Amino acid sequence: MSGTNKGDWPLYEVFVRGKRGLNHVHVGSLHAADDAMALTHARDLYTRRNEGVSIWVVRSEHIAASTRDEKDPFFAPSADKVYRHPTFYDIPDDVPHI
Amino acid sequence: MTTTHSAEAPPQERLQEHFDATIARDQRIEPRDWMPDGYRKTLVRQIAQHAHSEIIGMQPEGEWITRAPSLRRKAILFAKVQDEAGHGLYLYSAAETLGADRADLTERLIEGRQKYSSIFNYPTLSFADVGVIGWFVDGAAICNQVPLCRSSYGPYARAMVRICKEESFHQRQGYELLMTMMRGTEAQKAMVQDAVDRWWWPSLMMFGPPDGDSPNSAASMAWKIKRHTNDELRQRFVDMTVPQAEKLGVTLPDPELRWNDERGHHDFGTPDWSELKRVIGGDGPCNAQRTERRRSAHEEGAWVREAATAHAAKQADRARKGTAA
Repeated sequence: MSGTNKGDWPLYEVFVRGKRGLNHVHVGSLHAADDAMALTHARDLYTRRNEGVSIWVVRSEHIAASTRDEKDPFFAPSADKVYRHPTFYDIPDDVPHI
Repeated sequence: MTTTHSAEAPPQERLQEHFDATIARDQRIEPRDWMPDGYRKTLVRQIAQHAHSEIIGMQPEGEWITRAPSLRRKAILFAKVQDEAGHGLYLYSAAETLGADRADLTERLIEGRQKYSSIFNYPTLSFADVGVIGWFVDGAAICNQVPLCRSSYGPYARAMVRICKEESFHQRQGYELLMTMMRGTEAQKAMVQDAVDRWWWPSLMMFGPPDGDSPNSAASMAWKIKRHTNDELRQRFVDMTVPQAEKLGVTLPDPELRWNDERGHHDFGTPDWSELKRVIGGDGPCNAQRTERRRSAHEEGAWVREAATAHAAKQADRARKGTAA
């Protein structure tokens, strides 16, 4: 998707953990010459107001992604296995704690 | 990014149907989805123009950082101008998800091939302008941007959510600054009124030409990139601002401005659309200065970008040799 172009800095994707106990979440991208600079730029750009306690950065070109479309046959196998959900099973109302 | 799993490409009509259905269900389009060329082009143009506006928008207020009347005001103004830079970067990042190239966008701005908001081509003559920009310009930006948080393109909508959160501080610091000046001397009050008089009409023009004369609006509305027309947003801004002006004790420079009970909105005069055309066309008071400043910042910063690249290459090389040894 991207790379270095005319000597420009490569593109990094940025993930921020909002607070302890939460996952890192993708917040956007930025350009930086190297990993260290990507981290400090990410701090300045995406956490100016205490939005995070931890940051991950990764070169965009290192991310492997599923198929082109967000909705796609790739995910179809998970749609027809209703027995994976608890609501698939009928349990009488008078059985407690289940 | 690379694709590890490739499905057979569905025919064009199926893709278009899927896209239309996604828009109709009010779901978001994401970067790797198929989208019509026109949608992509419109978005790149709008997001780039929006990003450029944030970056150029640093200049009119940035000029007052060294002359801010107190350390408190200086720190606030610094933070605000830094936010504008951040907003520009969020938006460039959104444009890049559509395949735009960052360096190319900067080039287009510097060469005048892409536009930015007409409002930033007006000069900031006194410190009251800093307050009025926060109140009017950021207020107008909020009117424009809050509906864009529901824009159909995911990365754009998400960038707008971040921006809107921060924009609220911008508007409030401006209004608070003006309230402080309005409690001051007669000369200070006059500065506020003068700034209001100069910025009111250009602020109304920020919403763009009237609906009848806005060539791209219809498609953008159909694609749910835009959620409201220029005139709707302009009306919302006027209705929002009138009571704030009363409270502040300033007069908005429009003799036709009055409440219309029947419509439930304020009636107001017509902005000078020929002025808007002129300023967009490059003939505003500060167009040349703004672009020139952006160009020199870019060119004078080239050695820093090159040095960082060279440093990164050297470090990577050392790390490789280190591991080999």
